[in-house]
Amino acid sequence: MSVECAPATPAEHTTPTAPTTPAGRDDHLPVPVTGWGRTAPSAALLVRPRTPEEAVAAVRRCGGRGTIARGLGRAYGDAAQNAGGAVLDMTSLDRIRTIDAEDGVVVCDAGVSLHRLMEVLLPLGWFVPVTPGTRYVTVGGAVCADIHGKNHHVSGSFSRHVLSLTLLTADGEVRTVTPGTELFDATTGGMGLTGVVLSAALRLHPVQTSLMAVDTERAADLDDLMARLTTGDDRYRYSVAWIDLLARGAATGRAVLSRGEHAPLDALPARARRRPLEFRPRQLPSAPGLIPGGLLGRPSVSVFNELWYRRAPRARRGRLQSIPAFFHPLDGVPHWNRVYGRDGFVQYQFVVGHGQEEALREVVRRVARRGCPSFLAVLKRFGEGDPGWLSFPLRGWTLALDVPAGLPGLGTFLDGLDEVVADAGGRVYLAKDSRLRPELLTVMYPGLDRFRALRARLDPRGVFVSDLARRLSL
Amino acid sequence: MKDAFGTPQTLLVLGGTSEIGLATARRLVARRARTVWLAGRPSPALDSAAAGLRGLGADVRTVPFDALDPSGHEELLGKVFAEGDVDMVLLAFGVLGDQAHDEARPLAAVRVAQTNYTGAVSSGLICAGALQAQGHGSLVVLSSVAGERARRANFIYGSSKAGLDTFAQGLGDALHGTGVHVMVVRPGSVRSRMTAGMVEAPLATTPDQVARAIEKGLRRRSETVWVPGALRVVMSALRHVPRPLFRRLPV
Ligand SMILES: Cc1cc2nc3c(=O)[nH]c(=O)nc-3n(C[C@H](O)[C@H](O)[C@H](O)COP(=O)(O)OP(=O)(O)OC[C@H]3O[C@@H](n4cnc5c(N)ncnc54)[C@H](O)[C@@H]3O)c2cc1C
Ligand SMILES: NC(=O)c1ccc[n+]([C@@H]2O[C@H](COP(=O)([O-])OP(=O)(O)OC[C@H]3O[C@@H](n4cnc5c(N)ncnc54)[C@H](OP(=O)(O)O)[C@@H]3O)[C@@H](O)[C@H]2O)c1
Repeated sequence: MSVECAPATPAEHTTPTAPTTPAGRDDHLPVPVTGWGRTAPSAALLVRPRTPEEAVAAVRRCGGRGTIARGLGRAYGDAAQNAGGAVLDMTSLDRIRTIDAEDGVVVCDAGVSLHRLMEVLLPLGWFVPVTPGTRYVTVGGAVCADIHGKNHHVSGSFSRHVLSLTLLTADGEVRTVTPGTELFDATTGGMGLTGVVLSAALRLHPVQTSLMAVDTERAADLDDLMARLTTGDDRYRYSVAWIDLLARGAATGRAVLSRGEHAPLDALPARARRRPLEFRPRQLPSAPGLIPGGLLGRPSVSVFNELWYRRAPRARRGRLQSIPAFFHPLDGVPHWNRVYGRDGFVQYQFVVGHGQEEALREVVRRVARRGCPSFLAVLKRFGEGDPGWLSFPLRGWTLALDVPAGLPGLGTFLDGLDEVVADAGGRVYLAKDSRLRPELLTVMYPGLDRFRALRARLDPRGVFVSDLARRLSL
Repeated sequence: MKDAFGTPQTLLVLGGTSEIGLATARRLVARRARTVWLAGRPSPALDSAAAGLRGLGADVRTVPFDALDPSGHEELLGKVFAEGDVDMVLLAFGVLGDQAHDEARPLAAVRVAQTNYTGAVSSGLICAGALQAQGHGSLVVLSSVAGERARRANFIYGSSKAGLDTFAQGLGDALHGTGVHVMVVRPGSVRSRMTAGMVEAPLATTPDQVARAIEKGLRRRSETVWVPGALRVVMSALRHVPRPLFRRLPV
């Protein structure tokens, strides 16, 4: 069976930078662009192709400072910015082309959001293979950051479920790229620097209902948490833990584990069984732009984290939760990133392998000791690393935390954490990065030399370039 | 590119031997700055400034730059930008002059004005244009509290800084939304070569404190920075003191 669908992205969630002009008009001015963390703005011409042909034309026509594709701008740093050049806003290329509802394969444009895919696919009994902590990312962004979800230990990263891609390369040609090829492995995780993904074919995951059956438990400290994740994760498709990094002393690393599975039909109460695949996310009003600075200080964040830890059940099994509540709690408040005010914020996410638990403990200790006002950090156990040359995951532990960028001395502090991570053979996640010391990149990403060599061959003039690429000499 | 904290990787200092400029460069090299351009009048002092920063691990290049020769600015600054992006330009050149001497010799007073104001208008506009073309960067301008209110003791210098300050503010507004950030820095008296041998003013500060304030201003993308910060309050009070009274104040 094949179904044709119309595009739609809720206006509230599209690229925050306002004025865009269709490709073909050159008389518009550069606009400032930032990532989700709202740091380091730079100005670029925003071009919004409406068809693959317009995208080809935009790439062929781009000037000396090149171009980069941009999805929904959920990368935290400067990955989807291109100072002085062009930024291709891909969100109008948002058609779902075909859905094979028997075998669970969707073919769609790169600008389609995972939110939209869920709206369309869930009623047919299919779910996206991997979802990050927000539904408002595009398929192109998911491929090029090679994103991971709570199921990484079972399913690997997003690109593992990509059957093929169409990629617009620097020469203006459109190529079909399939797994197992160099170009595929350079593109997945390649942060848009190999070209513009125009469409993708994805393998889906079958579900009986749109609800999650969730087990929750508390862990008293970091070691307790790691032990619970190590022994229990295999029983769950989805697993993640929220850590309170402000708790010090014996409680350092206390956490709430939340693990689950798609609920089978027979787990639903009779009334819900009538419409088991319904998907209706609810939303609160946007977060205000100005929150009194004090609300984000250490004491209030500390109180928030305390309340949240106490509220969580010590142990609870099989609770039914909606997909948004389980996977995307932050999506309930559009533009929550504004609460960090003018200075913006930084997300620090790293991974270290198994056997490097001491490095993880060291980072957690340092963050706790310093008292970074960080709302709930997330810890997850990754499965096997992924084939993408610049893909982030490694078998081991990944921790992600948000910190306000205005915190004095934060730059030096995070540089110190990088050393711990690099010494342990770990790495930081490029989709979240806005501040890594460039010298550490080759240490963290051994695939970088191959990546650079392929780019030099494929794109000798440097048509595809971003602020991230300039900052880190990618 | 600048990182999330506004720290540049490439820095251009106009007035390459300035003590404040070099203190700032040293701080930034300790963070992310790897390439530093020192633009100034060729001298052994300029070479040793470059050597000092090289010792800290930076790749340093010098370029001849004379504020008093605006006709040459476009070409030589153009060469710097042609070599690659500049993430931050620090406008650090300036002369204090000698008020009593310069009042009696108008041509000497004109040199102060031409260095501090005209030279900055020319080089500032050229750098602003280049930053705008690259779509990012900070232009940091060393103004002075002396430009806030005319003082009998240094109004030639003060008026040149007032002109510079107004120019830089306007430039900041012109560049708003272009990805380029203009920051006006207003230090009080700074213990440097420029003030050596003079009676120390209240709230005197050091080049390193100015550098620190600049680093913070970059992080916060501030438009105006006072050093020390208390001067903002002091000056907003002094601004309203009636002139007959102000004339008699020992400031
Ligand atoms: C609240 C929140 C939670 C998150 N949770 C997770 C998580 O759990 N796991 C995880 O892995 N990530 C997570 N992320 C990060 C996010 O998934 C990635 O940054 C993702 O790439 C964002 O997709 P986007 O469409 O917004 O892309 P953008 O942010 O716009 O771009 C990201 C990168 O993809 C490139 N790109 C985008 N579209 C294309 C295209 N069509 N062709 C070529 N290149 C393209 C851009 O050039 C850029 O390099 C989270 C982000 C937020 C804000
Ligand atoms: N020191 C203070 O108390 C104070 C207070 C407020 C503001 N400021 C301002 O801060 C800036 C830096 O001052 P500083 O304390 O670092 O003083 P400094 O060490 O004396 O530096 C002044 C710089 O200006 C350069 N310069 C002078 N005339 C020039 C010209 N015609 N062309 C090119 N360069 C020229 C000097 O270069 P040469 O080596 O070639 O002479 C020197 O590099 C100045 O703008 C100053 O007005 C200083």
